[in-house]
Amino acid sequence: MTAELGAFALALALALSLAQAGLSAAARLTRGPVLARAGEGAAVAAFAAVLIAFLALMNGFLTSDFSIANVAANSHTEKPLLYKLAATWGSHEGSLLLWCLWLTGFGAAAALFGKALPQGLKAVALSTQGVLGVLFLAFAVFASNPFARLGEAPIEGRSLNPLLQDPALAFHPPILYGGYVGFSLVFSFAIAALVEGRIDAAWARWVRPWTLAAWSLLTVGITLGAFWAYYELGWGGWWFWDPVENASFMPWLAGAALLHSAIVTEKRGALGGWTVFLALLAFSFSMLGAFLVRSGVLTSVHAFAVDPKRGVMLLAILGVAAGVGFALFAWRAPRLQPGGVFAPVSREGALVLNNLFLAVAAATVLVGTLYPLMLEAATGQTISVGPPYFGLTFIPLMSAAMLILPAGPLLAWKRGDLKGALQRLTVAAGIAILAAVAVLALNDWKKAFSALGVGLGVWLVCGAVAEVAERVRLFRAPTAESWRRLKGLPRGAWGTTLGHIGLGLFALGACVETGWKVEASEVLAVGDRLAVGEYRLTLERSGVAQGPNYLAERGVLTAEKGGRTVCTVAPERRFFPAGRQTTTEVGLCFRGLSDLYVVFGERRQTPSGQPGWVVRAYWNPWARLIFLGPLLMAIGGLVSLSDRRLRLAAAPRPSGSTPPAEARA
Amino acid sequence: MRRLLLALAALACIAAAGDPSERLADPAQEARARALYREIRCVVCQNESIDDSEAEVAGLIRQSVREQIRAGRTDAEVRAYLVDRYGEFVLLKPALSPANLLLWGAPAALLVLAGGLLMWRARRAPAQIGAEPLTEEEEARIAALTGDPEGRHRFAPSSPSKSVRRSRRKQ
Repeated sequence: MTAELGAFALALALALSLAQAGLSAAARLTRGPVLARAGEGAAVAAFAAVLIAFLALMNGFLTSDFSIANVAANSHTEKPLLYKLAATWGSHEGSLLLWCLWLTGFGAAAALFGKALPQGLKAVALSTQGVLGVLFLAFAVFASNPFARLGEAPIEGRSLNPLLQDPALAFHPPILYGGYVGFSLVFSFAIAALVEGRIDAAWARWVRPWTLAAWSLLTVGITLGAFWAYYELGWGGWWFWDPVENASFMPWLAGAALLHSAIVTEKRGALGGWTVFLALLAFSFSMLGAFLVRSGVLTSVHAFAVDPKRGVMLLAILGVAAGVGFALFAWRAPRLQPGGVFAPVSREGALVLNNLFLAVAAATVLVGTLYPLMLEAATGQTISVGPPYFGLTFIPLMSAAMLILPAGPLLAWKRGDLKGALQRLTVAAGIAILAAVAVLALNDWKKAFSALGVGLGVWLVCGAVAEVAERVRLFRAPTAESWRRLKGLPRGAWGTTLGHIGLGLFALGACVETGWKVEASEVLAVGDRLAVGEYRLTLERSGVAQGPNYLAERGVLTAEKGGRTVCTVAPERRFFPAGRQTTTEVGLCFRGLSDLYVVFGERRQTPSGQPGWVVRAYWNPWARLIFLGPLLMAIGGLVSLSDRRLRLAAAPRPSGSTPPAEARA
Repeated sequence: MRRLLLALAALACIAAAGDPSERLADPAQEARARALYREIRCVVCQNESIDDSEAEVAGLIRQSVREQIRAGRTDAEVRAYLVDRYGEFVLLKPALSPANLLLWGAPAALLVLAGGLLMWRARRAPAQIGAEPLTEEEEARIAALTGDPEGRHRFAPSSPSKSVRRSRRKQ
């Protein structure tokens, strides 16, 4: 019964989204406040209806209702509760429902919290969001119904892919989708700005919080995915430049560029057209990602729920939404009044350079992802574009962006003093060069690129710290004065600092892990040893363990360094009878920022003829920074989001009752 | 228990390129082989290199590459052999060929194009922009904020639209 309720709620949501689009559009045409309120009401109601549908599907999974085709295909009675819950979004249909939930959720949030928005802008944005809702909900209702019943319910379900039964991956899709779909509201605001013909500081101030929220969610989502790949796939890789990863990375890059260009539009009224373009681009990349992941046009490790027929429909949605958006842009953008002018050497100039590199980097990822497809369509020739290509193109572009990054925040708006900014960065540059030279001296020339990367990471971290030191006049003013200034720094500034430090830490972690990773593998009998880096592993014992829905073979190993036992790990090989699949459960030993990573393999005879197991171990130096860095970037985004200046614009403002002092703060 | 052991035994090895039984005796040759593996695609897999893949075909290609390296072939010769057998699809690093010109040239071309456009725009004398009049809505809001319907001419609260106007006036 709940499944029918869910199906009904989903259809209702479609009707409500249609009403939202129609009523809000009518409200804009007639400037009628009653129609506008009705449109807002429809937006909130559409969200409520999708939420009911979502909960109904979740209920189907929790109660293992195998008469629902989706539940039968993706669940199993023996699966732990968390993964029954997570299976709700583990399939094509379920994840599309999650997509619709976020889409209508963002629309409802704009309707509820957007009281201070100009009426016309708000009505057009809500109408656009309603149209997007109609497109995706219609797809869900007519082509991807998650509530379809089976004629005959099976006794047992087919279970979720065991690789996906992992805490990091249970929460990865909801957060990732929050990011993907968060850009939909930014897209709607961009359409509204083009329709209204007004892109100014007020508009940028409106768009920035939503961009920050979507981008931070996307950052956390991608990081969770990378972390999952790192410890679940069993060889310690965390980024493969796989088409599906690229699909999530393109909106991230566009979003990062948008965050920065929106600052220029907000503070200086410049770059309005470009900011709108990026706002359209970010969600277009999100939709492109949805298409690539689900259509099966690209082979990928993550390819899931591949269905070419439905892929074509997603392509049509992408074509309609992005096509209309960019056509509107081409028509209206030339009429936009250019904003404030600035000298090439200025904060605006630095942010333009940042956008240049981020945009070209995003285009590179796009070309690398789609080129094999286009070449095959054009000539029939099949090629592969893998990590070496991106290493030679994307990484130099981002390195150049990182090289100029620390100077940006130290330049003044409008006309900056480059010499002064560089002087303030002397100490940071000195430390960075020293670090790179020290790394090079301790290693041979083969590590030159790694040394350069370490130098860049240190440069970013020290540069961000130098900027704070400059802002509080550290050592140049009395300590009390510096402390007072430090406390007075706006949260937006802290967000910038945290974000840039996070990027630097990520660069450090990625370079050190890639450059100095140690791998070792051997067939070990109980009592045998394996040396990896400075550590010695001993296989103490092995045994069999029974999990809730799997059987496992487990090895217990102790790690020693310098004759002292530092930790014990228990890696497993798990066998899931439901899907007849095995997974590896890695044994991780945290050593500060580094990991000792142990994989327990299959049975095999040792060279001396004893029964043994293949054990593989990696020493992954500073691997934690690869995940902590992006996390810090996301925290930076959220700190920036909590800035009063954004909140003031975002929160409902009772007219007339706000004292001037409050408005000026 | 027997079921488990049978099931685990029946499954392919998990060690991929690190499998101790596959290794070459000479560490320098082994390092070369591993570096090559990262550039070669497991042709039946979903976008994995043969270094990472546990598929049987990947194991066979690894073996073939190791044998060729032991026989003293150069990296280029090994690559040529694999392309001959499996097509260009097997290379994760596409060749620098006319067909791939767009692929390899796009990043640099875009950077130069966009950078050039920016420089050209920066050189052009910026047009003077006059202060844009406020809309009725904005005037009403300023009046509400200041509590004085005429106050907007004397008092400049830091409402966003006003600060834009101020910055424009500076030019």
